[in-house]
Amino acid sequence: MTVQANGKTKDPVLVVVQLSGGNDFMNTVIPFTEGIYYDNRPLVGISEDKSLPFTDTLAWHPSAAAFKRIYEQGKMAIVQGVGTEHASRSHFRAMDIWHTCEPEIVATEGWLAKVIKEIDPDSQNPVTAVNFGRGLPRALAAPGVVATSIGDLDKYGLMSGIELQEERDRDLQIFQRMYTPAIGSGQVMNYLSQTGNNVLTGADMLAEAPRKYKSTVEYADNPIAKALRDVVRVHTAGLGTRIFYTNHAGYDHHAQEVPTHARLLTELTDAIEDFMEDLREHDAADEVNILVFTEFGRRIKDNGSGTDHGTGGGAFLIGENVKGGLYSEYPSLAVADWKFGEDMDFTIDFRSIYSTILNQWMGLDPIDIVGGSFEQFNPYKKTMV
Amino acid sequence: MTTKSTTDIALTAHLLRRAGFGSDRAELERYAKRSYEDIVEDLLNPDRFDEPEDDVLARFYPHLHANIDNPAMWNGRWFYRMVNTDRPLEEKMTLFWHGVFATGWTKSEHTPTIVDHIQMLRENCLENFRTLLLGISRDPAMIFWLDNNENHGTAINENYGREILELFSMGIGNYSEDDIKSAARAFTGWTYEQPVPLYPYGQRSVQYRFRPDDHDYGEKTFLGQSGNFDGNDVIDIIAKQEATARFIGRHLYNFFVADEAQVPAWSIEPPGDQKAIDDLVRTWMDSDADIRAVLRTLFTSEWFKAARFQHVKSPTEFVAGVLKLSGEYKEPAPDLHKLEPTTIAMGQKLMDPPSVEGWHTGQEWIDGGTLTERVNYAVDTLNDPSKPGVKALIDRIRAASDLTIPEDLVDQVLDLVGPLEVEPATKEALVAHAETEGSLDWGSKEAVERSTARVVQMLTLVVSAREFQFA
Repeated sequence: MTVQANGKTKDPVLVVVQLSGGNDFMNTVIPFTEGIYYDNRPLVGISEDKSLPFTDTLAWHPSAAAFKRIYEQGKMAIVQGVGTEHASRSHFRAMDIWHTCEPEIVATEGWLAKVIKEIDPDSQNPVTAVNFGRGLPRALAAPGVVATSIGDLDKYGLMSGIELQEERDRDLQIFQRMYTPAIGSGQVMNYLSQTGNNVLTGADMLAEAPRKYKSTVEYADNPIAKALRDVVRVHTAGLGTRIFYTNHAGYDHHAQEVPTHARLLTELTDAIEDFMEDLREHDAADEVNILVFTEFGRRIKDNGSGTDHGTGGGAFLIGENVKGGLYSEYPSLAVADWKFGEDMDFTIDFRSIYSTILNQWMGLDPIDIVGGSFEQFNPYKKTMV
Repeated sequence: MTTKSTTDIALTAHLLRRAGFGSDRAELERYAKRSYEDIVEDLLNPDRFDEPEDDVLARFYPHLHANIDNPAMWNGRWFYRMVNTDRPLEEKMTLFWHGVFATGWTKSEHTPTIVDHIQMLRENCLENFRTLLLGISRDPAMIFWLDNNENHGTAINENYGREILELFSMGIGNYSEDDIKSAARAFTGWTYEQPVPLYPYGQRSVQYRFRPDDHDYGEKTFLGQSGNFDGNDVIDIIAKQEATARFIGRHLYNFFVADEAQVPAWSIEPPGDQKAIDDLVRTWMDSDADIRAVLRTLFTSEWFKAARFQHVKSPTEFVAGVLKLSGEYKEPAPDLHKLEPTTIAMGQKLMDPPSVEGWHTGQEWIDGGTLTERVNYAVDTLNDPSKPGVKALIDRIRAASDLTIPEDLVDQVLDLVGPLEVEPATKEALVAHAETEGSLDWGSKEAVERSTARVVQMLTLVVSAREFQFA
């Protein structure tokens, strides 16, 4: 499947932004006409005069003004009430389930790692998938799958702490010689050789990216803005990267939710708006689709300082080719419908979102990747061929 | 560079990499003066040596005494112990049990109980297996982690009853679902209490509490025996099982000897060395589950002595091993807590394993990202001639000769870092590079400067090699 843009044919690219900790969906997309919202959230509730209404019943958090603008441009699909039947309130288990699509067992193959296998079955390109952050997310990990994880693009690669470029180049050459695979040296040693060589190739490819990039967009100085700018730098370098992944952490606001959530939403939504602007400036926006997700929503009632782990959350699909609007349903707030007597329930399984993206955006058969057949929705414009 | 030693230096280094976190050369030479059996006995009897003095840490981390919720500084403290202790096997066994009885901070987000949990493992790490099982069964962090506080006389929660059999003692295939239920019933009423209220006092240690009114006193059948069993009886029966000896034996082999398949495969895949496991099982059964005795068998066996560099270092072993070489943190420093993000980037956060199954080990530690982190960490840490360990290494090479020929430089660095055995490709690459720059001359001030830089560079190359990933 390809994307047609300005007479050019491009491969679709997926950018996944993970909000770690459990974003408070109810305070991101606020049911501002519901008395029950204000009754249960005396402390963290956003008053009607501050929130930013965008439909008769829903309003954005005041710090999500950039999302309001993107939504009004028709470039954002809000997926409401996201969850799954065997949800977990443990961050680890919940995130694990999102990463592996296995709600009932602990699995080792990430859903995006399976996508990499489909796109690049012989591991020809070490930068088919690129993560910005520390450590490879489980979503991108599977035995035999190569994915690149970058802490700092400007200093990416082996021996990056060696200041003099000459010395570093020399040491990398020696490194490559040391990592020569040999018959009879054992499977683990050979795996190390292969991994070391993959890192070298990937780093060589990525080294070009920062040098080529120029932009008039000025991003804010925070990790999510920096990571998304790095996505543009690598994407516009044309290295064949199809999956980008990054993480925005800190959403676990059991306490001090009011100031913390506001800061996070400002960082996130401004960064995504700048990111889209930057892509357009590089004529590289049409082929990019962003998925913003979090592992769960939060409790309906606040705890006097923040909110505890809950069930139904929300996700966002953003891009030039997205058909903007509301998808699935906002979970019922009637007390009788509260999950476990305290949470918003979910109205759509997260694997429906994955299936939709895989099938309609990436052009892949989703069934084996997400482990079953899940109902899809239609959030894309008809420009895919 | 030769020092009189009773035990082969390479063998001593192997033992200290496995039973501890490596060693600097001076330490290695001190150990090697004793017979191998004496070294093993010293390791097995930590009480012969003083505990590491970590009270001085409070100078930089006053919070250590205030129970503020931050695992990073407690993990920094643990690293400080790993590199400074005179009782290395004690810290190594604490890490071993932490991997087996994997209990995480993430669920409770309550640091004091996890810190107490680790201390309980440390205090009991070489005792009879019963003591350890009793320790974890009464441990508030474990009780909450596996929901035993929800395991009631009238309504059991099987979580702990299942895991104590599946992951902490016998392994899948050696017990029935009914045995799980009986074990769960035996542990009903084993819960914890919060002696000081959370608000407004903050997080404090939590204590074990037995609630007789919530315990199931009825008769239970467990692994073929019947009686009014409680948790103590269940633990006693478990410790006697040969399946337990095999399962823990295989864990010990994987941790101390050579990398094995991962735990979920053990019911299908036979051990890499059946004889080794049989030796451990025999000692376990003869000693009635005495961990110290089992480890004595392990460390003095020929199969242990022969298993050089057959174990991929865990991130913790890797970082602690590099610190041993750099000679840092002999005194407390305000940045110890930064070692936590360092190992997290390599895939391991101490006190917070990814699940009750613990960490996957061996080759699974390595991917492109983690290999980069490891290599860069080792290079960045050792690329500094002023660090005490690096300086000592330079001084030894300089003391050995006025003029160091290229091949000797390679051999000496490999020797002082390990001694490290390397593949032909590695050796060739290092020698070829050393030769392009000629011999090391220590004859003038400028020459010393140049030679110092070259030793440091050779050191950073050696620790970048594939072989340095192995212990």
